[in-house]
Formats: sequence, C-alpha cells, structure tokens
Amino acid sequence: MSVIINNENNTLTAKLQGEIDHHNVQEIRQSIDLAADKSHPEILILDFGEVTFMDSSGIGLVMGRYKLVKDYGGRISVTNTSSHIKKVMKLAGLERLVSIE
Amino acid sequence: MKPYNELKISFPSESCNEGIARMCITSFVSALDPTVTELAEIKTAVSEAVTNSIVHGYRGGFGKIEIYAKAFENRNLSIRITDHGCGIADIEKAMEPLYTSAPEEERAGLGFAVMESFMDKLTVKSTPGKGTTVTMQRKLSPTHNLHKLSERNSLE
Repeated sequence: MSVIINNENNTLTAKLQGEIDHHNVQEIRQSIDLAADKSHPEILILDFGEVTFMDSSGIGLVMGRYKLVKDYGGRISVTNTSSHIKKVMKLAGLERLVSIE
Repeated sequence: MKPYNELKISFPSESCNEGIARMCITSFVSALDPTVTELAEIKTAVSEAVTNSIVHGYRGGFGKIEIYAKAFENRNLSIRITDHGCGIADIEKAMEPLYTSAPEEERAGLGFAVMESFMDKLTVKSTPGKGTTVTMQRKLSPTHNLHKLSERNSLE
C-alpha cells in the first residue's frame, strides 16, 4: 500500500494504491494528514483508481478526512471508485457527505 | 451435508494477517468459479470478521484466530471465523450499524453491517471471556464454467 501526494493550486490529491484494510490504513491516514495539516488545501481529492481492495477501514479513512478538512472550511472529493468500493461506501451513506465519482 | 471441499487456517491476531486471511479465502473461493462481485464481497466480509477479532476480540493483545471454510455441492459456502478473545456482552448492540467500542481507532462501526449485507446469512455466537464465533453463508450463482459442468455431469 502506498500514497502518492500531489499538492498544487490549493488542491491536494492523494492517489491511493493497493489494499486498504485495518492493517495499512493508519499509514495512509498519517501521510494524508501530514500534508493536509501543513497546507490546508481547499480541495482534498482521494483518488481510489489504483485501490485493489477496501473494507470498512476505508470508510473510517474517508469520514476522518472529511472531518479534518471540514474543520478549516475545505472540501473533499472521492474519485475513480470501482463498483465494489462504491458499494462499500454507500453502505455507510458516505455519498451524503462527500461527492463520490 | 458433507462439504466437497474445505479449508482450515489458524494464525496469530497480528494485523498483517488480515491480508493473508483474505488471500487464503480468495484462493479457496476462486476454485469455485465465483463472479468478480461475489469474490470481492466474500473477501470483504472475511476481512471485517478477522479485523473485529483483532481489534475487539483481542484488543491489541494476542491470541489465535481460526477460519474454517466449507464449500458444498449446491454452491453454498460457509465460512466460520473464531477467536478466543474477550467476547461480546451485548451482540445486538455490537451489530448496530455505526456502533463501535473503539472510536479512537477511527473505526466506522460497520463491520457487521458489511458482513450482513454481503453474505446471505450471518450468525454470531459469543461468550464474554471466552471468545466469539462468526459464521457466514453465501450461495454462489450457477457456474458457467463448461469444464466444471461436464465434470459434475459425469459424476451423476
């Protein structure tokens, strides 16, 4: 699992790669929060395009980042989700909080 | 009914084994020619159960987790996940969506909700102080694998 962070024009993009589970979610969380805390981007994009597996640990990840960004007035966007990942996110009603593409 | 294939694995409650448990179940279920969706959903349900055992059953302490998977001729699949951890005092409450006893871990509290929605049947048995057993069942859709069908016909 790894995260590639790109920060430009007030937009922080975190490209997630590999499997998101309880074991590796903490590392992902830390890399994103470190970058977001420093720059307070207007938009945080979580790109799930290269995520091969996700369980409910991914829901906690999105909800936690949503709170973090919302606290300083930013917004969050979840992109490139597979049908399975979308289904897991919808179980939690995440689409009511964040835009999921 | 006797299963036509079964798998038993046992591993310590280290979080790195969540991925290994998924891999084993993926191999076992793949041999039954599931759809991509079926495989993803079963894998996710198992991941939730194993994570629950690690995070809540053993609460960061260590113990053994056992998985016993059975595949039946009628394409029914049964997967049992057992831990010998602290157990659940109030199963009904634990199964409520969004309830979590470990909010500091940023857990969504949706483990059981995911298992329930991705499997056909979910049974949770638990004794405080002794441990928890989660049994999940799912019937796979009919296979279109001609080789397997002809194999089955020749047995009849």
